[in-house]
Amino acid sequence: MTIKEVEQQIVEEFSIFTDWLDKYEYIIELGKSLPIINEKGKDEKNLIKGCQSRVWLAADYIDGKIYFTADSDAIITKGIISLLVRVFSGRTPQEIIDADLLFIKEIGLEENLSPTRANGLLSMIRQIKFYAVAFAANKNS
Amino acid sequence: MELYNNIEKIREQFPALTQRVNNRELVYFDNGATAQKPVGVISLLNEMNSGVNGNIHRAVHELSARSTILYEGARDAVKLFINAGDRGEIIFTSGTTASINLVANSFTSTFINKGDVILLTEAEHHSNLVPWQMACSRSGAELRFLPVDEHGNWRMDLLDQLLDKRVKLVSAAHISNVLGIINPVKQLIDKAHSAGAKVLIDGAQGVVHTEVDVKELDCDFYVFSGHKLYGPTGTGILYGKKNLLEEMVPWMGGGDMVGSVSLEKFSFAELPLKFEAGTPNFIGAAALGEAIKFMNSIDKGFAEKHEKEIISFIIRELSKIEGIRIYGLGENKISLFSFNIEGIHPSDLAILLNKMGVAVRSGMMCCEPLMSRYGVTGMVRASLAVYNTMKEAEIFIESVKRGVRMLS
Repeated sequence: MTIKEVEQQIVEEFSIFTDWLDKYEYIIELGKSLPIINEKGKDEKNLIKGCQSRVWLAADYIDGKIYFTADSDAIITKGIISLLVRVFSGRTPQEIIDADLLFIKEIGLEENLSPTRANGLLSMIRQIKFYAVAFAANKNS
Repeated sequence: MELYNNIEKIREQFPALTQRVNNRELVYFDNGATAQKPVGVISLLNEMNSGVNGNIHRAVHELSARSTILYEGARDAVKLFINAGDRGEIIFTSGTTASINLVANSFTSTFINKGDVILLTEAEHHSNLVPWQMACSRSGAELRFLPVDEHGNWRMDLLDQLLDKRVKLVSAAHISNVLGIINPVKQLIDKAHSAGAKVLIDGAQGVVHTEVDVKELDCDFYVFSGHKLYGPTGTGILYGKKNLLEEMVPWMGGGDMVGSVSLEKFSFAELPLKFEAGTPNFIGAAALGEAIKFMNSIDKGFAEKHEKEIISFIIRELSKIEGIRIYGLGENKISLFSFNIEGIHPSDLAILLNKMGVAVRSGMMCCEPLMSRYGVTGMVRASLAVYNTMKEAEIFIESVKRGVRMLS
């Protein structure tokens, strides 16, 4: 599946929720699922510090694809992170660079990406893109 | 003038309060960050922007004259409001932060030398910390901190030993924006003065929730923002004792702050203009005068009783929630509540409250050192204003409980 197709799949999953309550309950469920980063990945190096919540993000580059693992101390943030990891992990750098992430708006979660001071989630997306650019440059050099 | 002693009448003054957010009636409990504006303020802003807009002080034309009257009239209103002795003691700034930076630059350059000490408390807002860190790196002075106890009260027992002869200035919040306790500022000011230090009081929250009398307090500086006091954003006040302001050298030069200027040199204007370089936010300042009119129109006895009822209700109901910790408890509590609930991240709860129409703050509240003091990375804060109702307090409590159920 392409990134677009996975995004479309997520949009469809969310389309069954008409009430914000159900939508957030689902995100909280996603957030409560198993840790998506191992404990040793949760170090200072991978920490994205925000005023609201903290996010840990690690990236591994294997056979031309980037694999992300991530975590957060806030459950809703973690739930949204798990969606982002689902979309981005196992993709080539170029696919990630080209992704527009419009699905976040389509499922009505864009308010969580508002540029409040050092919002962990927004910084995380920036970091994902940054990894992609860095790995792409590495490959070409 | 008849005073408002009815919450509905007060609410009618605030158009922002009637809106719906996320399909629900807005419960606005983020007043510690900024307050909504009464119609008097909104009307004057509109009137000046659509008509009475002439630059103040300089021109002889009618619009300039009218703007100047409104601007200087607001200065008189502020002077009376905090009972300053002289209108030259009231400096318009862009807010509390700008007022503190003004003192941190002008007072420090005139009165603080290498080896001197500036005393703060460990519960200060970044705005009353970072400007002093910057001043210390310029002057070679040092910072010292008065600790707070478990409940957020100043450790007054430690004050005497901290206030030695090296301390030249003490700067502390009247009411902490996290803890919501009215601090014993009078006691601090008296002790600091006996030790030979000057005192700045950060009144960003204090001026909203207490009656401030700068003569009675005898503080050397008192600073606050307009936007938390139902006035426009980008307005603020520095009150300073006249003798100090006269000795201090301005840190900003430009138009309006000068007496005369040649190519080589200049002389200062008289107070207060000496510290008001450049065209000030004169429309905002004039409208701050309207905010003070609003403050003066409230029956203080009524407001106090109303606030006390809501405080005891919220404290009682929040305390019933399992695993809750409220930061800042004591006799002199205002209607500002920062808390954490075990196992629940503050931003998660704030996101859900927003969905229920309840606006609160979450995060570090510009007080990172205080967060570290309590070993947390954030808190949830509900801060109320004079227009908030008991019904809203009930909705808030119900919403918190619902959020907790969803997150646990």
